[in-house]
Amino acid sequence: MTDTVPPANVPAREAAPPVSAGALTAKMHVDNLSVFYGSFRAVAEVTLPIYDRRITAIIGPSGCGKSTLLRSLNRMNELVPSARIEGHIALDGNDIYAPGVDPVLVRRRVGMVFQKPNPFPKSIHENIAYGIRLYNGHMSRSELDDRVVHSLKRAALWDEVKDKLKQSAYALSGGQQQRLCIARTIAAEPEVVLMDEPCSALDPVATLKIEELMQELKQDYTIVIVTHNMQQAARVSDYTVMMMMRPDRAGEMIEFDETQVIFTKPRDKRTEDYVSGRFG
Amino acid sequence: MATPFTRSALDHELQNIRDDVLRLGSLVEEQTERAVRALKDRNLDLARQVVAVDERVNQLRYKIEEQCLTTIARQQPAAADLRLIVASMHMAVEMERMADHAAGIGSVVIRMGHEPLLKPLIDIPRMQIICCEMLHQAMEAYIKGDVPLARAVVKRDEEVDQLYNQVLRELITYMIGDPRTTTRATYLLWVAHNLERTADRVTNLCERIQFAVTGELGDLAPEEDEN
Ligand SMILES: Nc1ncnc2c1ncn2[C@@H]1O[C@H](COP(=O)(O)OP(=O)(O)O)[C@@H](O)[C@H]1O
Ligand SMILES: [Mg+2]
Repeated sequence: MTDTVPPANVPAREAAPPVSAGALTAKMHVDNLSVFYGSFRAVAEVTLPIYDRRITAIIGPSGCGKSTLLRSLNRMNELVPSARIEGHIALDGNDIYAPGVDPVLVRRRVGMVFQKPNPFPKSIHENIAYGIRLYNGHMSRSELDDRVVHSLKRAALWDEVKDKLKQSAYALSGGQQQRLCIARTIAAEPEVVLMDEPCSALDPVATLKIEELMQELKQDYTIVIVTHNMQQAARVSDYTVMMMMRPDRAGEMIEFDETQVIFTKPRDKRTEDYVSGRFG
Repeated sequence: MATPFTRSALDHELQNIRDDVLRLGSLVEEQTERAVRALKDRNLDLARQVVAVDERVNQLRYKIEEQCLTTIARQQPAAADLRLIVASMHMAVEMERMADHAAGIGSVVIRMGHEPLLKPLIDIPRMQIICCEMLHQAMEAYIKGDVPLARAVVKRDEEVDQLYNQVLRELITYMIGDPRTTTRATYLLWVAHNLERTADRVTNLCERIQFAVTGELGDLAPEEDEN
């Protein structure tokens, strides 16, 4: 992948510094966020930095609001009519919920990969081209083709599909389909990629490929992943958000720290119990 | 799917590890006691036994390390469970070395044969008693996760160091006074040195106990006196 020449309009960025390096920038900032479905509060008062070009994992028991928190990061929760938020979420310091902000532009900068691979019933090429056209005006056929190739290479799928770009995406394996969806997401050139249990429908080998890909992608993208697989969070992420349900069933963040701390010496007893498998 | 492994299997394996660490602890305690008793009683058979039993100690150490590795691989423990396992592995290695010190004393006794002792034994048996008490209490701190107790054990290392210095100074006066005593003095010096190292290693055990409980690595300094 290192031999890939990015298209001119993709700005080259420096490699991410190691986690331990001092200066971390928050790409996003969640500030006292609560999310409601009607009168039900699903997420309560979460404050959290999302560090630039790091992988942040959100873990916690089912129903504690992980997906809700994730979806609020690109205003995807607005697709639920009853949903509303309190608090603020900033992207590069600008409130993404401020009046006048176009949610479509937010979703271009903050892309999303879903739990089940969801390619369109079209060719591999068309799937990626869709991701590119979604947010771009007209471009020449050759420019489009270049960017399809670039995205597939970036998603570590190129070698496997280069001879069958015209074939249906449905002919790919589950793991390949998920990498295709990642390629489609990054084809839109987002800055942040949200992933909601991206491996839960995949076998272990396909899962490892996605995890490798995530390490590769974090050079250029900020990644937030929801996972119910704690070993996965421990393997792939730099930071971990531990969420839990309060007695009123609202999800709250009970601990946020470097992943290594969460899995070796968490501060909160509930985190300790959860990562040790003592929960429930 | 909230729990990727069954807790009861992990608990069972942790219990096996703890039991074996305790068994290793009492074996090392016994070896140390028997080695010094062999010296006091000039019992060559007992000294040979101590040297022979060292092989059992080695086997138990490897068994513990293997159990720890298997548990990590199969159960993917985290947090306090993971720390306990890692601490137990280090402690097994440390205790195996303590048993090497006991076997070392046994070898010295064998080499001394029936040569008369240079001087009556006073400080060396005291060093042994303190070492064994320290080890015993360290095992108690391990099982209870008792960091203050571990810290109290570390403090007793000073007593052993003092006795060692006393033995050393005394033996040097013998050697200076009559160079022909050098060989016999050296025997006792080896014994005392082995015991001094044993106590040092107990303090290492205590540091691992602290790590298992709190996650902090490093020196376990005795607590400052309140007054
Ligand atoms: N569209 C929705 N409408 C109403 N309630 C919802 C909706 N989506 C999720 N919830 C509720 O919000 C809470 C959090 O859900 P979710 O964010 O999916 O949790 P998680 O991802 O941690 O399993 C749950 O109680 C769930 O029932
Ligand atoms: Mg979810």
